[in-house]
Amino acid sequence: MRQENFNDEVLIVSKVSAVESTTLPPQGAPASGRSWRRLRLLFIITFAGVLLSGCTLPNFGVTKGVTKSSVNVYHLWQWFSVGAVVIGLLVVLLLAYAFLRYRRKDDKAIPKQSQYHIPLEIIYTVVPIIIVVVLFIGTLIVENPEVSNPRTDVVVNVNAFQWGWKFAYPGHSVVVIGQTTQNPTMVVPVDTNVHINLTSTDVVHGFYVKEFNFSRYALPGVTNQFTFNAVKTGIYAGQCTQLCGLYHSVMFFRVKVVNQATYDQWLVANRNVSAAAAAASATALQNNTYVPSKPTNSKVN
Amino acid sequence: MSHTITAPETSHESHDEHHGPSGLLKWLTTTDHKIIGLSYTITAVVMLVIGGALAELIRAQLVTSNGHLVSFAQYNELFTMHGSIMIYLFAGPFAFGALANIIVPIQIGAPDMAFPRLNALSYWLYLTGSITMLLGFFTAGGAANFGWVGYAPLTSSLNAPGAGADLWIGGLMLTGFSAIFTGVNLVATIFYLRAPGMTMFRMPIFTWNLLVTAILILLAFPVLTAGLIMLYADRHFGTHIFSVAGGGVPVLWQHIFWFWGHPEVYILALPFFGMATEIIAVFSKKPVFGYKGMIFATISIAALSLGVWAHHMFTTGVVLLPFFSIMSLLIAVPTGIKIFNWIGTMWRGEIWFSTAMLMAIGFLITFLIGGLTGIYLASPPLDFFTHDTYFVVAHFHSVVMALVLAGMGGLYYWGPKITGYLLNERIGKAQFWFLFIGTQVFTFPQYILGLQGMPRRMAIYPQHPEWANLNALSSLGALLIGVSTVLFVVNIIVSWKKYPAGDNPWDAQTLEWFTTSPPPHHNFYRLPQIRSERPTWDHNHPEHKAIAHGHHEE
Repeated sequence: MRQENFNDEVLIVSKVSAVESTTLPPQGAPASGRSWRRLRLLFIITFAGVLLSGCTLPNFGVTKGVTKSSVNVYHLWQWFSVGAVVIGLLVVLLLAYAFLRYRRKDDKAIPKQSQYHIPLEIIYTVVPIIIVVVLFIGTLIVENPEVSNPRTDVVVNVNAFQWGWKFAYPGHSVVVIGQTTQNPTMVVPVDTNVHINLTSTDVVHGFYVKEFNFSRYALPGVTNQFTFNAVKTGIYAGQCTQLCGLYHSVMFFRVKVVNQATYDQWLVANRNVSAAAAAASATALQNNTYVPSKPTNSKVN
Repeated sequence: MSHTITAPETSHESHDEHHGPSGLLKWLTTTDHKIIGLSYTITAVVMLVIGGALAELIRAQLVTSNGHLVSFAQYNELFTMHGSIMIYLFAGPFAFGALANIIVPIQIGAPDMAFPRLNALSYWLYLTGSITMLLGFFTAGGAANFGWVGYAPLTSSLNAPGAGADLWIGGLMLTGFSAIFTGVNLVATIFYLRAPGMTMFRMPIFTWNLLVTAILILLAFPVLTAGLIMLYADRHFGTHIFSVAGGGVPVLWQHIFWFWGHPEVYILALPFFGMATEIIAVFSKKPVFGYKGMIFATISIAALSLGVWAHHMFTTGVVLLPFFSIMSLLIAVPTGIKIFNWIGTMWRGEIWFSTAMLMAIGFLITFLIGGLTGIYLASPPLDFFTHDTYFVVAHFHSVVMALVLAGMGGLYYWGPKITGYLLNERIGKAQFWFLFIGTQVFTFPQYILGLQGMPRRMAIYPQHPEWANLNALSSLGALLIGVSTVLFVVNIIVSWKKYPAGDNPWDAQTLEWFTTSPPPHHNFYRLPQIRSERPTWDHNHPEHKAIAHGHHEE
């Protein structure tokens, strides 16, 4: 019963220029003080060198992904994992030694009642602080470019709703709408900064593409902005990660990364599809799945 | 001599007879902290069993990629109520209601809690709150179905119109007030009812941790209660605090919820840390290593926990990432101090691998895994892609299953004090291995699934049939955990009044082991001299006092 609506793979491409004509401009990275910037550059070069030399380390379960940021995230993951494995092994070995060496042999024996060892306690307070600071610096180096929004001309307005996705290309009069297992596909060019304005019509959704090593909430009343730069062409699965009601489990989408020429052709080819027909089938689909009517959100668009 | 006489020993019988009715009426009308604590313990364990049964259903649904055991709607109810029961109705009340209620007054030599009637009210609010929340299953629309975190606006009257949601809110408010009253009671008891000689720095670590926990309760729970009132007003009185349509801010709920929710993690964890600390010291026959460092670590964890709530919200894009990242990372430092102190306590000790000690060791190792994976999540870039995946599910289940291990250790360790009878060690050890191995088999596949991109709260995963094997393995782990719970119940039945415990079966150190098992109505006929945090040990082993500061020779 519940899956009967998901059988047809329908991709609706339509011209809805009136609704999608406005968009937030991408923001440039904020400027900071010059000396601080120079110092920061030094830090970044040092730590980035160390970070990126992690190529020979095991992957610890994570892939490099297909964006510029996802590779950095992968290396950060490796270094966190090195720390976790070293500390974890240290603790487990100490425990194993204690279990074997200090196992009770005699019911009546009473060991020496020592309670403090100040130098040792200072060491295992200070060393973790240093480790934490290093991890934090690594975090900042990966995080700052990842959450910055460099200027770009490729903008996609992504709108999540119960239960599907709408990808609008402002200025191109192209809109892709699809529900749940229809896998609506967002087409973007390779090696280009793609700026996303992420919104939600109803409840909180999660925009998550595994191969991007990234996710972001779609919040009602907020336009969330982020930028990614895919370096590999291909089709990548995405889905909603934040519980959003009944059909949360099947709120799928795809990101198709193509080369610039294909992208331009795709934009043109999908420009002139009848808006009316698309809107009608979109409405029909909405009525097939039970979607409660929502008050119009004046803040979003 | 060395005893402070509080009541003539000859008056045992008459002393007990003064007090109240017996049988069922005793349980209904009592203000004795030990009986209330037992009521808490029994209720919390029943909640653990109910929550566990829901978990087994969830895991059964996920064995195949297109499970048909439950519908989408039922699945949403299952994980919502599983999380809600385990966090709100089991872990919290078990941590600060059950063993705290029984043990803290005895550990500091108090006759009862500071406000015995308020204590009884706490329990009855907890019981009625629990029943209220569970009644959601019997309403037309089913139980609450928006996850235990209840993110607005999924909780609005439009998205969750049923009575189940209201019962969830109501149950949460009742148990919330129960927690607040318990917090008041614990703080007052610990500050005002300590026995002569029991200075703050002679209190056992368990009591210290409960003091810090109680203060955290008083800081955090009122915020949740306020949030719930706002939510209820939104649903029924036409306010728009969390709805965009009326100018409200949905993400405000997340701030309110996690401002309670992250301290809540430590409200749950600190009491269990305390249990593990006591157990490890007693079964290593040594004082707690770095006793004062342990206390300062607890206080720093509590302080930091109030400034890290937005690490649950990194992916909202509306919080300051670096601040919440460094605050969250820093919590690893005092937590690491605790882990090294636990190892230090065992070092050069005489480790007795009793069931309680095995449970505490199981706690340590499982908590180590949960703690280390938590450090990843404090880094926003790493949180972005693991958030809302099974990696996070595995992380917090490592943590809470560690707490369950410590709690079971607490029951094996302190149970004899309150019942007067020991549990069977052979069954206990079998229970430990099922619980410990089950926990690892349950969580490890989930870590991998999360990194492979499996989001949480999925009733089916039709696009990834290859995830089915790991999910089945995880379900096997859940089954092993279920077996361990059955073994616990079996152990209680088998051991019923079989193995008399005596006053101090473990050669333990703290004050509660000085009195009888079970203790008399007002806990003590006599008290030893209290000159350290180990009065019972000092009394039994006067020649083996802890080596003082600066007298540590290699």
